[in-house]
Amino acid sequence: MIIELIKYFASFVLILLIQLLVINNIELTTYVNPYIYIIFILSLPVTTKPWHVVVISFGTGMIMDTFSSTPGLHMAAVGFMGYFRNFYLQFACSKEDYESRIKPSISRKGIVWFLVYVSIMTLMHHMVLFYLEIYSLKEFFRTLLRVLSSSFFTVLLISVGQILFYPSDKAR
Amino acid sequence: MRNLIFFFHKYYTFILFFLLELFSFVILFQYNNYQKASFLNFTGGMASGFYESVNSTTNYFGLRNINDSLLAENARLRAQMLNAYYQSGFTQTSINDSAYKQQYTYISANVVNNSVTKRNNYITIDKGSLHGIKPDMGVMSANGVVGIVTSVSEHFSTIRSALNGNTKISCMLKKNNAFGSLEWNGDDPKFSSMKFVNKHVPIGMNDEIVTSNYSTLFPQGIPVGHVYSHSLDAGENFHLIKVELYTNFSTLKNVYVIQNILKEEQETLESNLKGDN
Repeated sequence: MIIELIKYFASFVLILLIQLLVINNIELTTYVNPYIYIIFILSLPVTTKPWHVVVISFGTGMIMDTFSSTPGLHMAAVGFMGYFRNFYLQFACSKEDYESRIKPSISRKGIVWFLVYVSIMTLMHHMVLFYLEIYSLKEFFRTLLRVLSSSFFTVLLISVGQILFYPSDKAR
Repeated sequence: MRNLIFFFHKYYTFILFFLLELFSFVILFQYNNYQKASFLNFTGGMASGFYESVNSTTNYFGLRNINDSLLAENARLRAQMLNAYYQSGFTQTSINDSAYKQQYTYISANVVNNSVTKRNNYITIDKGSLHGIKPDMGVMSANGVVGIVTSVSEHFSTIRSALNGNTKISCMLKKNNAFGSLEWNGDDPKFSSMKFVNKHVPIGMNDEIVTSNYSTLFPQGIPVGHVYSHSLDAGENFHLIKVELYTNFSTLKNVYVIQNILKEEQETLESNLKGDN
């Protein structure tokens, strides 16, 4: 149990460092702002209690906010996503998945399932994040384009990361 | 009562989510409406300290560029020194002349965190209230304007960069003093747009744009950029000007915070005027 917690903590720190030091410095255009740190929330085991997920999501958002000087912004977006993750998983996971306490990943659920899951969650997160960031509907379509292109890169990076870090059918 | 307990028991996740979401919205909107000084003080120098230690390592890779820009700036400043001028007349103005009173002082600072591709970009620098920085001071680089200080902690400050939807910098065309407002539309960190220039004002390509004398944040004439393209919409009263910025935000390392010594005096006077109306 303790070892599990330490593992989670280490992966949390690692993911945040990658986000803050590598991904945030990709300065291609203003239309590519991937936020891969949400993979931490997305890959929590399906049996994690919903209110745990909500609290963890808001905590993650708060830390991101601290480091990007945007109070409340990431918190609102990740919290929103974390809350709806529970509903999506209830709908998308079978009873066996819950019984074997899987973590959503490519190796466990297949690439199509995983892509659909990550895409929906990423769109949800980015939609809230980018529209709250601009804080008006004045640039609606430009923001929408920004959401879509950033989501594409987020999903791409997350999937590549999954394939790189969990390549085989490891019993995780 | 039992129903109430049952209700809480059934929906506690939703209630928790709702409360936390409400909380984040509250601090988000407060932040959009007011200065975010309290937020930076609340989180302390924690994030800034982290970025500073990362930066002290990565800075070494950019030393050549920093040196080049400092050399260029030195050359420019040297050209402005008194002994760079040939004395054509007999009179010589002394710096201590009572006709000249210093209005602006500059505090140099290093950038520890910066972004250019978000819709609202912020810069963190390694000088804070201990060094005399206060919110609402202008910030410039060796090449041109950078932004406006929004919040200050003891050792760090955050700057709303010119690449931010909420930053509006009063500027003007150098050749005819027609003024407008510099606002970023979120597209490209190399370009910004100048708004509210009346359509009867003649504009040419490459016209230089500098800060105007209306702003209390910047001295008049700090370079901003030059006209890249301009157009006039039918039925519009204002030019649409695309400005190529002089400041390269993605390689920004050293900045100067501008302290306007007479700012309070001017603002008190102007607020008195508003009270009269």
